[in-house]
Amino acid sequence: MTGKIPITKTYKLFIDGVFPRSESGRTFSVNNPKGELIANVSQASRKDFREAVRAARSAQRPWASKTAYNRGQILYRVAEILESRKTEFVELLKSIGVDSKAATREVEDSIQRWVWYAGWSDKYSQVLGSVNPVSGPYFNFTVPEPTGVVGIIAPTEPSMLGLISRLVPAIVSGNTVVVVSEGHSSLTSVTIGEVLATSDVPAGVVNILTGDQTDLLPWMVGHLDVNAVDISGISPKTDLTLLEEAASNVKRVVARQVNEESLELISDFLEMKTVWHPIGK
Amino acid sequence: MGTSNSKDGSGLEDFGIDYASAIESTSLVNIKDKYGLFIDGDFVDSSSGKSFKTLDPSTEKSLSVVTEASPDDVDRAVRAARASYEKYWKKMPGADRARYLFRIARHLQERSREFAVLETLDGGKPIKESRDVDLPLAAAHFFYHAGWADKLEYAFPQRKLEPHGVVGQIIPWNFPLLMAAWKLAPALACGNTVVLKPAETTPLTALLLAEVIKDVDLPPGVINIVTGAGETGSALVEHPEIDKLAFTGSTEVGKLIQRSAVKRNLPLTLELGGKAPHIIFEDAALDQAIEGVINGIFFNQGHVCCAGSRLLVQESIADYFIDRLKKRIELLRVGNPLDKNTDIGAINSKTQLERIDQLVKVGIEEGADVFKPSCSLPENGYWYPPTVLTGVQQSHRVAREEIFGPVLVVQTFRTPEEALEKANNTPYGLSAGIWTEKGSLIHWMAERLRAGVIWANTFNKFDPTSPFGGYKESGFGREGGMHGLAAYLKNNGGRS
Amino acid sequence: MKMPTSTITFGKTGSPLKVIPVDAVSLEARASSLATRSIKTNSKRAALHLTIRCMDLTTLEGADTPEKVASLCQKAKRPDPSNHDVPSVAAVCIYPEMVHHAVEATAGSNVKVASVAGAFPSGLSTIKARTADIADAVKSGADEIDIVLNRSAFLAGDEQRVFEEIVASKDACGEAHLKVILEVGELGSYDKIRQASMLAMAAGADFIKTSTGKIPQASSLPRVLCMAEAVRDFAYQTNTPVGIKAAGGIRTAKQAWHYLVVIGETLGTDWLNPEMFRIGASSLLNDVLLQLKRLDSGSYSGPDYVTVD
Repeated sequence: MTGKIPITKTYKLFIDGVFPRSESGRTFSVNNPKGELIANVSQASRKDFREAVRAARSAQRPWASKTAYNRGQILYRVAEILESRKTEFVELLKSIGVDSKAATREVEDSIQRWVWYAGWSDKYSQVLGSVNPVSGPYFNFTVPEPTGVVGIIAPTEPSMLGLISRLVPAIVSGNTVVVVSEGHSSLTSVTIGEVLATSDVPAGVVNILTGDQTDLLPWMVGHLDVNAVDISGISPKTDLTLLEEAASNVKRVVARQVNEESLELISDFLEMKTVWHPIGK
Repeated sequence: MGTSNSKDGSGLEDFGIDYASAIESTSLVNIKDKYGLFIDGDFVDSSSGKSFKTLDPSTEKSLSVVTEASPDDVDRAVRAARASYEKYWKKMPGADRARYLFRIARHLQERSREFAVLETLDGGKPIKESRDVDLPLAAAHFFYHAGWADKLEYAFPQRKLEPHGVVGQIIPWNFPLLMAAWKLAPALACGNTVVLKPAETTPLTALLLAEVIKDVDLPPGVINIVTGAGETGSALVEHPEIDKLAFTGSTEVGKLIQRSAVKRNLPLTLELGGKAPHIIFEDAALDQAIEGVINGIFFNQGHVCCAGSRLLVQESIADYFIDRLKKRIELLRVGNPLDKNTDIGAINSKTQLERIDQLVKVGIEEGADVFKPSCSLPENGYWYPPTVLTGVQQSHRVAREEIFGPVLVVQTFRTPEEALEKANNTPYGLSAGIWTEKGSLIHWMAERLRAGVIWANTFNKFDPTSPFGGYKESGFGREGGMHGLAAYLKNNGGRS
Repeated sequence: MKMPTSTITFGKTGSPLKVIPVDAVSLEARASSLATRSIKTNSKRAALHLTIRCMDLTTLEGADTPEKVASLCQKAKRPDPSNHDVPSVAAVCIYPEMVHHAVEATAGSNVKVASVAGAFPSGLSTIKARTADIADAVKSGADEIDIVLNRSAFLAGDEQRVFEEIVASKDACGEAHLKVILEVGELGSYDKIRQASMLAMAAGADFIKTSTGKIPQASSLPRVLCMAEAVRDFAYQTNTPVGIKAAGGIRTAKQAWHYLVVIGETLGTDWLNPEMFRIGASSLLNDVLLQLKRLDSGSYSGPDYVTVD
C-alpha cells in the first residue's frame, strides 16, 4: 500500500521569486469549515517584510522599464496559466468553505479580471495622459508613471478575486508590490504566488507575505521605502490611528471597494509627470 | 529558389568570408494548389468558376491558383457578414470578442515563421523584414485591439457607442498580412463584421489567416475573405448593404472610391499614397541619419506609402551627405528574398516594375543625374536596384509623383523655412522625417509640417498604439491608437 | 568636395575637424541588425583564422610571473599544438615589467609584444611618470604600447590637456605603435565616445581601443560601431586610417564574428587584418579553437582538447 497517503502542501512566503519560510520560524494554522487542519502557514515577521520591500524595490525599475506591450504580454500569459489551473483553484476555494458554484464563478471572474487589467498596459497612458495647450511656444505633455513600491493588505473575502482586484491594477503600470494576506485567504495567495513563480513575471515584482494584518500593518504603513499602500482589505476592527504613520513619507493611501473593474484602480498608483520643451528654430 | 546572391560592395568575399546561404526553409509552408473564397466560416467555390494565379515575384513561378470572387460571391459574403452580425457578433459582450482577438494574436505568434516565409514568397519582401517587422506588428495589432474590445467607453466617454455593422475593407499588396491586421483588429474589437478583399498579387497570407480564423472558432461570417482584382473590389465598394468602407491603396483609386461613397453618405476611411520629405539638417547625427534615409526609402523595396522618397538635405552638408549615402548604398544586398542577409527583395509585380522604370526615365529626361550601385541583379524575377536621382528640382515630375519603388530623389534647402516650404508643397501629406539634434527645431518643424505622421531622428516606426494616417490627398482617418477605433464606431464623439 | 562646417576639435595639421553627434537609438538598432548577418559554412574557417590572427592574447594581473608570461607566449605562437595550420595570434599584451620576458619568449616568431604603459588602468599619475613608463617599455623591446585616455581630465572638460598628453605619449613611443584606450564604459554616452575617438586620432593614436578590461563595463557592439564610425569619418576628413581594438567581454567566436561584421561593413575590408583591427582577449582563443575543431571533425569538442595558457 504505497502512494495512497496524500502529500500535504506546505505554504511558505513568496519573496523575490522564491518561497522561504519566515525568519521567525512561526506559523499559523488554517482550518476547513469542519475545524480540521488544512495547513500550517508561515507567519511573516517585520524582518520578512523588510526583505520583501528590498526585493520589490530592486525589481521596480526593471519592471517599469519594460515596454508596455511586454508587460501586457507577460500578464496575459499569467491569465493563461490561471485558466489551465482553474480546477485546482476551484477545489482550493471549496476547501476553505466556498460553495461549488460560487467557487467556479469566483475563479472565472478572477481570470477575466486579470485579462481586463492586462489589456490596459498599453492604453492607460493614452487615456490618462495629455498634451497640454499652454499659452506660449512650448510643447507640453503629461505622462503617467508608476509610483514605485506598493504595499497591499489583501482582502480576506473573496480570497482570490479580492487579491487579484488589487494586485493586477497596481503592477500593470510598472509598480511592484508587497502583499499581506491573512487567515484562510493566505492559501489562495500563496497559490497565486506559485503561478507567478512559473510565469514570466520577474522575481520581486510580486511578493506575498502570509501572516497577521495587525502585526504587519504598522511596518507597512511606516516603511519609508514604500510609496503607497492599499488598505482596502483591512479588517473592520483595525485601529485606524495606525494609519497616521503613512504621513512619515507622505505615502499615497488608497482604500476602495473590492469588486470593481475600473481605471481608477490603475490611476491610484500613478504619478503624473509634465514636461515642457520650447518650440523654435 | 531564386538565384544566388548578387555581389555587393562590402568585399568581405575577398577574405573568403561571405554572407549568404542563410536561406530560410520553405518546408514549413504548405501552399495548396488551389484556394477557394472564405465565406461564412468555410472555403467555398465561386459561382462563376473564375480563378487567377499568384506568382513569386523573385522567380516569376506560379505559387498557387486563387479563386476570383464574382459580384454574386461578394453579395454572398456581405449577406453572411450581415447574418453573423445580427446573430452572433452584435450581441456578444466585448470581453468575449476580446477572447477571439487574443486567440488570433497568439496563433500569429505561434505560426509566425510560417506566415513570414509565405509573405516573402508571395510578395517578394526580404524574409528579414517579414520575420522581424510584419509578423510581430501584426500579432501586436491583434493584442492591442483585443484589450480595447471591453473598454471602448473609456476611449469615448459619455457616448452611446454602436458598431457600424458590416464593414467592407480593401487592402494593398505591400504589407498584405499587416494591412489585414490593421483592418480586421479594430473592426472586430468595435463589434463589426467584415468582408475583406486582399490585393490580387498577394492573397496567400490572408488565406492562411482564414485557416487561423477557423482554428480559433470565430463564429462563421464574422470575417469573410473574397479574393479578386478590380472587379471584385468594385463589387464590394458598390454593394448597397455595407455600412462602412475602409481602403488602403493608391490615391488614384481612392478618389474613385470616394466618388462612389460620398453619394451614398457611406462612412469611409482612406489611406492613400505619399511623397514624404525626409529632411536632414546640418547638425544631425549624420551617420544615423544616413541609415535613416536608407531605411526610409529602401525598406520593403520602397513599396511603402509613407516612404521617405524625397531627401531634403541642408545645402551646407549636401555634398558630404550624398557622397556618404552613395557609399552606403554600395553595401546593400539585392537578391533572393528568402536569404536572411538580403536587404532589398523583388519588386512586387511586372506592372510595378514597369512603372518604376518609366518614372526614373522621366527623371533622367527632366535633367536629373542617376546613381545606381554596382550590384548585379538575378535573371528571373522582377528586380530594381536602389537608385538615387540628384539634381532634382521641386518642379520635376519625379519630385511630385509617387514612384513606389527603391528610388530616392534628392533636393536641397538652405533654411528651416525653405525646408518647410518644399516639404509642404505637395498634394500629399502622409508622413515626413526630420533629423536634427536640436529639440526645439524638431517641435517647430513638427508643428508646421502638413503630414499625419512625423518621425524625428528615426523613420518607418510603427506601433499599434500610434495612430497612422494622412493629411490632404494621402487620405483621411487614422489606424492604430484610440483614434483608430473611432472609424469603426458610430456616435464616437468625433474623435476620428 | 565641400567639408561640413566645423565645430572644432583639435587637428594635428591645424585644419578643423567636425565631431558629429550620435543618435543612440539608431546606433544600437544598426548594431543589432549587423549582428544578424549569417556566415557561409565554408567561410567559417577563414573567419576563425582571421579572428586568431587579429587577437592580442592578454594577461594583466598583479600575479603575473615570468613563467606565466612564457606560457602565454607559447600559446600565442602555437595556439593548437596538434594543428600547425592554425595561425599565431597578432600579439601578446602584458605589463611593462614583463616585456623583456615576452620578447625572449616570442623571439623568432611574428607575434608582437604589446605593453600597457602609463599608470594603466587609471592613468592618474603625472604625465612625466607616464611617458617615462612608456619609454621604459619601448626600451625593453615592446613593439606596441597601449595607454589609457585621461578620463579624469576629459570628463572635467580639459580636452586641451588630454590632447597634449596623447601627443607626448606618441613621442615617447618612438617606433612603437600607440593604442589609446578610451575606456568606453566610463564615458557616459556615445557622443562622448565619438568625441574621445576623434580627439585621440587627431592627437596621433595609431589605434583606438575600447576598454582596459579592468572594469565590468567593457566592449559592446554599439560602442565599437560608434568608434568605427568615428574612424571612418576621421579617414574621410583627413585621409588617415586608424586601427580599432575591441577588448573586454569578448569570449565567444560568435561575438568575434559580430565584431568582424561591424568593422567590415562600416570600414570595409581594408580594416580586416591585424594591422588595422585587433581583439583583446584571453578565453576567446579557446572558444575559437573549439569551433575550428568542430569544423574539422563535425562534432562538438570540449575543454580537455584545448590547452590552458
